[in-house]
Amino acid sequence: MSADLTPLAPGDLLFETTVTVDRARLVRYAGASGDFNPIHWNERFARAVGLDGVIAHGMLTMGIAAGVLEEWVGDPGRIVSYATRFSRPVPVPDPGEAELTVTGTVGAVNEDGTVRVDLGVTCNGRGVLAKAQALIAVAHAPLLPVR
Amino acid sequence: MTETTPTPTSANDALVGSSYPPTERYLVSGVKIAEFAAATGAASPLHFDQEAARRAGYRDVVAPPTFAVVVAQRAEASYIDDPAAGIDFSRVVHAEESFRHHRPIVAGDVLSTTVHVESITHRGGISMVTTRSEVVDGEGRPVSTVLSTLAVRGEGA
Repeated sequence: MSADLTPLAPGDLLFETTVTVDRARLVRYAGASGDFNPIHWNERFARAVGLDGVIAHGMLTMGIAAGVLEEWVGDPGRIVSYATRFSRPVPVPDPGEAELTVTGTVGAVNEDGTVRVDLGVTCNGRGVLAKAQALIAVAHAPLLPVR
Repeated sequence: MTETTPTPTSANDALVGSSYPPTERYLVSGVKIAEFAAATGAASPLHFDQEAARRAGYRDVVAPPTFAVVVAQRAEASYIDDPAAGIDFSRVVHAEESFRHHRPIVAGDVLSTTVHVESITHRGGISMVTTRSEVVDGEGRPVSTVLSTLAVRGEGA
């Protein structure tokens, strides 16, 4: 590890972006992941099990946050660990879409050349992931905060 | 919150510490990696372009960091669908997920996954069931460790 981590300090905001999710996206993720639980695509079924309607796969929300993180990291293979709790469901209306706000901040700069990025994902102003953290193995190029 | 006292779920504590036979081997295709990346909005060319992946030092296109869920959930199903597990899947929500990658997954990998029942805890009519899926390659070398926790609601919880 010869990375220059000096530009990064805990608390630095690395990225903030919004991503929209509609029902078609849920169907696409169901097919890609093999998770066909009907609460993610069938309104009638979702209501029958006590939900207010169709909700996004927690793993889709986690995956979307990873996609945003990757843009900052550059090489997805550098993400060595990634964990979260699912604190609230993401309702996906039809017609319409859910809007997710994804942020990443530096959680820790470690001596072993890894950086912990703390991810935040909110929907309608409320957190839907909790303790979402990824560990990045910084290879050669320095990674810079956006501001 | 209701006044009803929730009844415990039937999640079977006796299975903690046990594991299930490895899943059938799963050949990771570049097409599947691209499909998964597109579904999650991961735009890196390393997911889609073999040449770009090779220039970055990989044998082939690289999977997104949550791709291992594809094989982990197949392995978890052998436990969750086991009648002895006592889990009513219609009362399950996903509570936690964690990936530790021993190396990145790339197209051409042949993966095999073994699910272990890591822990089961009960509180207030909800059972938290944690599985650990160990993903290995064709030579048996570790690729990813995936922890998944499901919250199983009892009646009234």
